[in-house]
Amino acid sequence: MKALELRGVEKSFKKRRGEVVRALDSVSLSVGKGEVVGILGPNGSGKSTLVRVISTLVLPDSGEVEIFGVDATRHPKRVQRSMNRVSVEASFFKKLSAMENLLYGAKLYGVTSAEARPRIAEILDNIGFARTRATEPMEHLSRGMQQKIALARALLTSPVLMLLDEPTTGLDPRSKKDVQAFIQRIREAHDSSILLCTHDMGEAEELCDRVGIMMDGTILALEESGELKRRYATNGRVPTLEETFMVATGYSVEEASAEEE
Amino acid sequence: MKGTAKPLWLTEMIAVWGYVQRNYFLTKRYFMWEVVWLTFTTVNAMSITFIGAGAAAQKGGGAIDVSYYMTFLLIGALIWSYLSMIFDILSETVQWERWEGTIEYTFMSPTSRVTHLLGMGVYAVVYGILRTALVLGVAMLAFDLDLGDANYVAALIVLAVCSVSLVGFGVVAAVMPLLSPEKGQQVTYIVSALLLLVSGVYYPVNVLPDWMQPLATVSPVTYGLEGSRAALQQGTGLADLWGSIWPLLVMGVVFVPLGIYIFHLGERYAKRTGKLKRSG
Repeated sequence: MKALELRGVEKSFKKRRGEVVRALDSVSLSVGKGEVVGILGPNGSGKSTLVRVISTLVLPDSGEVEIFGVDATRHPKRVQRSMNRVSVEASFFKKLSAMENLLYGAKLYGVTSAEARPRIAEILDNIGFARTRATEPMEHLSRGMQQKIALARALLTSPVLMLLDEPTTGLDPRSKKDVQAFIQRIREAHDSSILLCTHDMGEAEELCDRVGIMMDGTILALEESGELKRRYATNGRVPTLEETFMVATGYSVEEASAEEE
Repeated sequence: MKGTAKPLWLTEMIAVWGYVQRNYFLTKRYFMWEVVWLTFTTVNAMSITFIGAGAAAQKGGGAIDVSYYMTFLLIGALIWSYLSMIFDILSETVQWERWEGTIEYTFMSPTSRVTHLLGMGVYAVVYGILRTALVLGVAMLAFDLDLGDANYVAALIVLAVCSVSLVGFGVVAAVMPLLSPEKGQQVTYIVSALLLLVSGVYYPVNVLPDWMQPLATVSPVTYGLEGSRAALQQGTGLADLWGSIWPLLVMGVVFVPLGIYIFHLGERYAKRTGKLKRSG
């Protein structure tokens, strides 16, 4: 049984002037148990809609989404307990402290404060987050620190499927490295399956077992990164992942992250 | 660490406490705003109560029982403050989380929407009682109120039943921002203003034009006020308050499940159209 399986998922949105935007166009993909799958794509390619459909926040128009064999559209409550998500926005109550936000997040998943506190301490130590700062309001923390807390919050509920939607976008290089190292440790230490949406080529290559390229709501390719690069080889020369991305999408990496969603 | 080993009812109760505790933390962090609102509510209640004294000082106002009328107005101001607070907290459930940016995190958690709304409702009632008690304390020091015959227990029971009905009403209103991120919250303010107009907060319902009086019969605030005033100003017992209590019970039985059902439909609509996240 796959951790995540999408078959022919379609999603369109109507804009104000009657224009229809096709966000997902017959998307099919799977993530195996313990596997990390990366999705590369420019902003507006449908990555965030894909993550929202999987996390039950957007209903697909058609197609199937299964999480460990359970239909996520029909039984959202059953699948919500087994997954968690980290998005590009940290999504916290800004005036509350990191600890207060973490305790609240834990309770939504049926974890009491008494159960959560030792686990929070362990996770904060693991990610190199000073416990003394956990009592400061989130708005006093840097973006990098907020993103570490977002990862800690997701990990606190022991998800078997983690959805990471551009978790390092907008972070300074040091924070980016820290967060990537933490994701690597999650991968090694926990039995979690991960879907990672990003436009950081290095991140995808380093962290993912397979990498897909998404464009205009369609998955153009989804393979092990070496295979993916070989697919776009010309004259016997295997391109870098960045070059592969440019050939496949027509976007440079800079353009991919600059376009509006 | 997963909550799945626990029975479902226990994980849902933990989540109810999570919502209550979160709102308590938020109230603490926005303490200065609490001071501002408490001051505003107290001053507002006192200003309205003085209208009673002012009316008696007007030409022909000598026939007014000033103490009774001021008590009538103060009860109206306090109970409206309490009930509108419950309505506001419930109706802002969606909008507040949109503003904070946490709505998606909350809506993808495995707790049921009933649990979510129950948590908000419990906090609204406890918070409302504490704030109203503080305002009442100040008002009792400031005014010579006519509460010698008051039946406090009966008034509290009427208010408790009314709170449940109003939670249902508030849940229905909370769905508005899901339907329209841009204008939904403003619609809830209109609903709140209409409740104030037709429910007899500062005047008896029978002074309203004939066409407006039927609206009062579908507002839980009308019965909450009628019952509370009768208990506090005339010392009416529970048995004689049945005329106010039974409509509230019926409204509670109808509005709470109806509110949750409508909220469920609104949530599905927002998830289908991608409006959950949009902030307008």
